[in-house]
Amino acid sequence: MKKRFSRPWLIALIFIGLAALAIPMAIALAQSGPTVLCPPNCMVSFDMPSIFQPASYETARIDELNRFILVIAAIIFVLVEGMLFFAVFRFRNRPAEMAVQVHGNTKLEIAWTAAPAIILAVLLGFTFKTMGEVKAVTSENVMHVTAIGHQWFWEFRYPDLKITTANELVVPVNTVIEVSVESVDVEHGFWAPELFGKVDAVPGYTTRVRFTPDTVRADFFGGQCTQFCGTSHAQMRFAVSVRTAGDFQTWAAQFQQPAAPPETLSGGALAGHDLFMAGSSQCVACHAVDGSPAGGQTGPNLTHIASRSFIAGGVLANTSENLAAWIHNAPSFKPGTLMPNFADTFTPDQVADLVAYLNTLK
Amino acid sequence: MTAQAQAVPASRNVLAEILDWVTTVDHKKIGIMYLVVNFSFFIIGGLEALLVRTQLAGSNLKVLDPQTYNEMFTLHGTTMIFLVVVPIWAGFANYFVPLMIGARDMAFPRLNALSFWLLVFGGLVMYSSFLFPGADGRPQLPNAGWTGYPPLSGILYNPGQNIDFWILGLHLLGASSIIGSINFLVTILNMRAPGMKLTEVPMFVWSMLVTSAMVLFATPSLTVAISLLLADRHFGTHFFIVAQGGDPLLWQHLFWFYSHPAVYIMVLPGMGLISEILPVFSRKPLFGYSFIAWSSVAIAVLGFSVWAHHMFQVGSSLAVNAFFATASMIIAVPTGVKIFNWIGTIWGGALDMRAPMLFAIGFISMFIIGGLSGVMLAAVPVNWQVHDTYFVVAHLHYVLFGGSIFAMFAAFYYWLPKITGWQMQRGWGRAHFWLMLIGFNLTFFPMHISGLLGMPRRIYTYASGQGWEIWNLMSTIGAFLIAASVLVFIINFFVSARRKTPAGSNPWGGASLEWATTSPPPAYNFDVIPPVKGRDPLWLLDRERQADGGQRAHA
Repeated sequence: MKKRFSRPWLIALIFIGLAALAIPMAIALAQSGPTVLCPPNCMVSFDMPSIFQPASYETARIDELNRFILVIAAIIFVLVEGMLFFAVFRFRNRPAEMAVQVHGNTKLEIAWTAAPAIILAVLLGFTFKTMGEVKAVTSENVMHVTAIGHQWFWEFRYPDLKITTANELVVPVNTVIEVSVESVDVEHGFWAPELFGKVDAVPGYTTRVRFTPDTVRADFFGGQCTQFCGTSHAQMRFAVSVRTAGDFQTWAAQFQQPAAPPETLSGGALAGHDLFMAGSSQCVACHAVDGSPAGGQTGPNLTHIASRSFIAGGVLANTSENLAAWIHNAPSFKPGTLMPNFADTFTPDQVADLVAYLNTLK
Repeated sequence: MTAQAQAVPASRNVLAEILDWVTTVDHKKIGIMYLVVNFSFFIIGGLEALLVRTQLAGSNLKVLDPQTYNEMFTLHGTTMIFLVVVPIWAGFANYFVPLMIGARDMAFPRLNALSFWLLVFGGLVMYSSFLFPGADGRPQLPNAGWTGYPPLSGILYNPGQNIDFWILGLHLLGASSIIGSINFLVTILNMRAPGMKLTEVPMFVWSMLVTSAMVLFATPSLTVAISLLLADRHFGTHFFIVAQGGDPLLWQHLFWFYSHPAVYIMVLPGMGLISEILPVFSRKPLFGYSFIAWSSVAIAVLGFSVWAHHMFQVGSSLAVNAFFATASMIIAVPTGVKIFNWIGTIWGGALDMRAPMLFAIGFISMFIIGGLSGVMLAAVPVNWQVHDTYFVVAHLHYVLFGGSIFAMFAAFYYWLPKITGWQMQRGWGRAHFWLMLIGFNLTFFPMHISGLLGMPRRIYTYASGQGWEIWNLMSTIGAFLIAASVLVFIINFFVSARRKTPAGSNPWGGASLEWATTSPPPAYNFDVIPPVKGRDPLWLLDRERQADGGQRAHA
């Protein structure tokens, strides 16, 4: 008889050889590329998201459907796994003669085809009902927002209010918010678990999602990009602030104002302003400050950056220290970002001036 | 088996032996090579997973930088799907389908060898991307996810050659798959032993028939998609480039039209194998054979109608989403039919709880969970919440690992004695199973929770304070337990290879024809092809022999 495996060491060699390809590869890869400077500047957390804590009419409907299906699934799980385990324990290690030689049972087949079909039909019905509810909340009170995905931040425009901002979406409670979602580059995913189910930002399309927030919160609802969009996909986050109607009006009125003219600035802020607007700094190539010559569209609009709580795509808290570190070397936080590494361009004093200027942009 | 005492020439010609394997067209040798290559890629894909899990063990870790992380999860997915689970069934089927139908070899032995070598070169081409660094001197690997969505995979956002290697590798792998499926279809339809009707073949053979038909219809869609992407990247076309009138959604439809049937391609042969193992180890026939057979066909057909359930969130109309939700829920019915029939097979049996049976029961219990989370995903509004989160990662691993990989190990334990002629060790087998079951659930069950808590997929790190750390740490620990269990399996293999406890031709009391020849089979497979009088031919022969007052062939 031929001994097919007389050389098991050969097989071992093949396993190990092929498997070993991965290890040095991975180590080499792991050590190349820029290091992300965290700690201390780690991604800030601003929420404990959960789809079981709906804060809008729409997510509340989804939550009802979800809980219903979970309960059904749990019951089916217990029943079917229970039957399986019972059968295994009851019939194991018995003498072979005791095995009942049956081939099938047509009545059972009909039963266990029909019963799941009926359960699924019920689930489907509930599904359709919820789909309708989530899509068709009609109301006079609709606010339009456009969410535009960039690698790697979210731009928000309020077309009716003529506001452009980034990273933070501020909305009034009990208003239907209809978000038109777009992308300027690759596909992104727009999601805030407590407020609305996700919708992708597909280049070339405008997709839509509506939500009606029902809870005012002092802090933020977290959101994150959910469609893999490149190197820093993990750092493309945003925050939603749900405010009372009055607070929202205050916010809107403030954000509709252009930036104050440079005559109102002095000291470091003025120096920062001049540096910001200088062509050689490259700031205006990408950023816009309404009411000033800066009109770049690539990066977030900075007109009211000082009134926002997060920078760098919802990744860092908006502190002077973080702003300075970000301007100094953005790619060290977000590899691949289009914001250049300015470590060799701006001195620390210049960076401080820029931060001083940005801090005036309320 | 008794040649031990005879004198063997002092130096066997290793080179001649290697050349024999490299040029073989024998389905058994090709099958073995498939298994070795696929298992090796399983190790590689597993190492990639361990790297991913290590990076995610805590918040804000720096084990991998984002570029490397993105490459690791891309390769993990691509490797496990195209280089492990899809071809492993071709490997087992290569060895065992001709045996199970009483044939001498596959219908097209040279084409069979071509399938195998296309697999090898497909894998090598894809990984050779590493040898061609990008402009910054950094080695580059495919990094756009196993789903490769443009524009991200397009030339503008991925200007290096990594995606091109991915595409070319997939071209070769797709060809391997398609050629193999033609071979299986012709073999099963034309080369069955006299007396073996198509409605009485072993369920593994039936599953390979159905799966091969799926491969034939589905794979060209992927080939088209990656060809269009290659053309966009290098030949000036704009199928997916928006600025020139292209549409990224076209890719998604073409891709998922293959990749959804692909998941059934990955699991249906495994289900066929479970349908082989359960009767043998329960010592009673498969319950509801016809229903199980037709449910496979139903799953295969319905499997082509559900692809856009991967796209519920791209803004399709309610009607479109409702159609795909309905189809996705309907497909749960034939799946349930299988599960209930399997329980019916076990019920009232005399269960032999050795390793193949342990993994078969493990398959069923894990697949139930994966199937239930699948039904949840079919509910569109719920999908809008959990899509692209770890909930989906949990679901897919329950069906692809808890399902297909458990079935793969069941196949190894069941069939290695036939392939090698020796038994695996029982203790190590039990240890492997329990360590893997516990490790697997520890890895993937918490992912349901982190997904429900808002954790998206494909993120190389996450902020602290969102409640995700504990679940991720559990997953990482579980992943290393899985790795340990695979090590146990490998040790078992080599220990058994040394001990060489003879298995005999039918160690499990099996009913199908592969057990009617020696372990391992001779090159020509059968001295005499046993008469086939119906399903479970060897049991039928046993019963006849008993009726004639003969001895039992299985205890």
